[in-house]
Amino acid sequence: MTAPPPRTPAEGAWIGASVGRREDPRLLTGRGRFTDDLELPGMLHAQFVRSTVAHATVTSLDLSQVRRVPGVVAAFSAEDLGLADITARLGRPLTEFVPTGMPVLARDRVRYAGEPLAVVIARDAYAAEDGLEAAKVTYETRTPVTSEEQALAPDAPLVHDEAAANTLLDVSMFATEGIDATFDEAPCVVHVETRTGRQNALPLETRGVVASWDHREDQLLLQTSTQVPHQVRTTAARCLGLDERAVRVVVPDMGGGFGQKCVVGREEIAVGAAAMRLERPVKWIEDRKDALSAAFLAREQHYDVRAAFDEEGRILGLDASIVCDMGAYSCYPFTAGIEPLMASAEMPGVYKVPAYRVRARAVTTNKAPTAPYRGVSRPQYVMVMERLFERAARELGLGPTDIRRRNLITEFPYTGVNNVTYDPGSYLESLNLCESSLREEGWYEMKEKAEGEGRHIGIGYSCFSERTGYGSAAFAQRKMEVVPGFDISEARMDTSGALVVTTGTMSHGQSHETTLAQIAADELGLDIAQVRIHQGDTDRITYGWGTFASRSVAIGGSAVRLAAGKLGEKLKVIAASVLETPAEDLELGQGLVRRPRDGRAVTYRELADIAYLKAHLLPKDVEPGLTATASFDALGDGTFSNATHGVVVELHEGTGQVEILRYVCVEDCGVAINPKVVEGQTRGGIAQGIAGALFEQVTYDEQGAPSAVSFMEYKVPTALEIPEVTVHHLETPCAFTETGAKGVGEGGTIGAPAAVLNAVNDALLPTGVELDDTPVTPETVAGALERMR
Amino acid sequence: MTDTTRQALQQQLIGLHVNGEDHEVLTEPRRTLVDVLRHDLRLTGTHVGCEHGICGACTVLLDGSPVRACLMFAAQAEGSEIRTVESLAPGRELSDLQQAFSEHHGLQCGFCTPGFLMLAEGFLAERPEASKEEIREVVASNLCRCTGYQSIVEAIDDCATSRRAALRHRIEGTGEDEEAPCSSATRSR
Repeated sequence: MTAPPPRTPAEGAWIGASVGRREDPRLLTGRGRFTDDLELPGMLHAQFVRSTVAHATVTSLDLSQVRRVPGVVAAFSAEDLGLADITARLGRPLTEFVPTGMPVLARDRVRYAGEPLAVVIARDAYAAEDGLEAAKVTYETRTPVTSEEQALAPDAPLVHDEAAANTLLDVSMFATEGIDATFDEAPCVVHVETRTGRQNALPLETRGVVASWDHREDQLLLQTSTQVPHQVRTTAARCLGLDERAVRVVVPDMGGGFGQKCVVGREEIAVGAAAMRLERPVKWIEDRKDALSAAFLAREQHYDVRAAFDEEGRILGLDASIVCDMGAYSCYPFTAGIEPLMASAEMPGVYKVPAYRVRARAVTTNKAPTAPYRGVSRPQYVMVMERLFERAARELGLGPTDIRRRNLITEFPYTGVNNVTYDPGSYLESLNLCESSLREEGWYEMKEKAEGEGRHIGIGYSCFSERTGYGSAAFAQRKMEVVPGFDISEARMDTSGALVVTTGTMSHGQSHETTLAQIAADELGLDIAQVRIHQGDTDRITYGWGTFASRSVAIGGSAVRLAAGKLGEKLKVIAASVLETPAEDLELGQGLVRRPRDGRAVTYRELADIAYLKAHLLPKDVEPGLTATASFDALGDGTFSNATHGVVVELHEGTGQVEILRYVCVEDCGVAINPKVVEGQTRGGIAQGIAGALFEQVTYDEQGAPSAVSFMEYKVPTALEIPEVTVHHLETPCAFTETGAKGVGEGGTIGAPAAVLNAVNDALLPTGVELDDTPVTPETVAGALERMR
Repeated sequence: MTDTTRQALQQQLIGLHVNGEDHEVLTEPRRTLVDVLRHDLRLTGTHVGCEHGICGACTVLLDGSPVRACLMFAAQAEGSEIRTVESLAPGRELSDLQQAFSEHHGLQCGFCTPGFLMLAEGFLAERPEASKEEIREVVASNLCRCTGYQSIVEAIDDCATSRRAALRHRIEGTGEDEEAPCSSATRSR
């Protein structure tokens, strides 16, 4: 396939314009339709009896009293429902990966506090909660495994009996020949050990589903808040023992996801099973306590990394050990390998690293399981890389940006030591622009002046790239048994000339109804008002992989453009017979097929009239109707967006507060389909990155009880903690996506923790204290500043 | 289990005045205002984000002041004027505040948006002269997970600025009063 040359925004009417969002009017007027807004006749409400202990054998589960509570209609245990486990697999030997099943409801064993044991169905959510209180569960407790160190200790209790040393994944990769000698002989070797806190992706709309059996279609309808409707359908069908056509997944408006909803939730399946048993619709809306303690978490990782440098600050080698605490279960479809495999494959990032060795492990513990969360390991390994460069710069007496400039990849395509080929980006340009912005604004002088006044101001940067548009080849390299990658779109024009385009991606705030419509409108020369995007319905859309990994515009947008283009070809063929001109001599635009030579034209509506209502006029061999289907898959290693973040912070004595005084982001996501949406994604991502750097964390006590069960403990930053962010856009169009767009969903989150942490350390320089763990708490900062007095 | 929970729970009839309309609802005393608005009156624009008064997704106006509808029982709202997001644009046009949110990309997933809109509606009515810093402080009452808040602050500030300009124009623009009836007459024809 030879792709057409990517368009620049100047050439397209819609691509590159900050078009107002199609989503906005309904969401601004309260007319959106979220899962909890659905109300079906005879609908019942579900809540889950959850384990109160982290690790135990369940010796008895008695629901008889539950069923007597007023308003309770039914209560089901695992035994009652008899569902198959959810099991995610990798095609790797048992020495590298151990598959473990996640039961839909726990049977004789519970592995984290909050694990669902039974589902209670009642006439309303209040009565369902009354029912929970009447459940009687007895446990024979086991020693909980609550840390990565404990999990890997000799004779540690096992979370899964089949997973020795509590290890679900253990891979050693690359090991460049001679790497030990490189480290032995290098003039400068620096070491960074980092631990990052366990976080919650925290969509403001919690998870939820409305399940109902449709007798007319002989089909289970799951209306559920998911980023991956087809994967939920596949899993639900397997767990319930149904043909896949007997499950339809429809996604209402979604109040965020950020990865927490890109895996299959066991509650979705249990509620479906209950609806089938009772032959009545059942709704489950997760409450915030469960969302904080029992939903999928992310991010808890431990890095132990050395880097070797020559005297000029050029990196010679990287030697990394990575352990990710994945909690109690492997998520479907990604498995518990998701975080360590991402980190190990991509850690060298934007730098020319000649030698690399990595061991990456996933350990299982008695904590809520994890799912991919916006950025997936990249916020952490970027932080580690950026700390390594800062530390080497200090040891070698180089400027922190100078050492980066010496190591950034500047010639493309570049194939790294990690066997990944990077397509062109603006790594050096983004760093230069970011640094010059802060210099021109006078922050360096301000910092110097403030030091004289006894204030603590620091400046920090992060440089990184973000692989987006992973095709099936890239996912296959991870050896996933279920290999995501492609996307399929169907373009359908109706008799009025209006266009519907389907997508397998699933917007949950990213504005796809607008941006994908911009792409289709440009391709066919339509007004965006004539284009609708259909998503999130497994009966309307052949198959899809949903929205994660910043894939939607890069992959999904390409499929949209190809499908619209194919439909355009059919319009031309029909027009050719009307205009009596070869199709290749015709042009599309402004709702017309036109013959440029004399301007004669026929409207899409007239052509649609022929295609549907006057099919006898169609040329021979042209089928009735105006539909076209196309798919897109990124070959090779996909595409890389990149950015540099620059941050100025002030540390406050006494309170230990880290105040962000200035935040500049220079991003390059290729062609920006809608610049305002790009800025929104970037700013929102940065806010989540700052949250991870400074605020949010779920810890567990020795019994495995989570610390955060409400927003009193889980500290989500507000408008007073998140600063204004200036976003500069550079544009290196992707050569092989259909629009030149890369991806932009995750970049903000990836770059923020490293830049913030570097800025904090810059401010702490006079204290001699270096901080490498996140979140950086006020106590730590106050303690460090105290040492200087 | 005590015997009381086994009895059918008592219901009470309450009257609520919402968005200019009177409603009678038969409900358990323990039901929160937000649940009655959403599930009994089917005003689903108001959302539930945490049920413990922190996220602010359920913010509605009670006698003009923003309140957390998850922290009140419906019965406590009897006799008050309640306004929800559905009241902001009764016709087909968005209000100036809603328009500003759209223009500034002040919403992504839109789940927190009704709460922010009602927070801003109540706040600007009370303090039309609010500075951008004051607006940021008020925006910090609610949680948004998508936007990073900047575009929400800018939207509200922009709306406040436009409203002040319009007010000044009405007060100072002497020709305006003479022209206004004329132009509305033209429109009505």
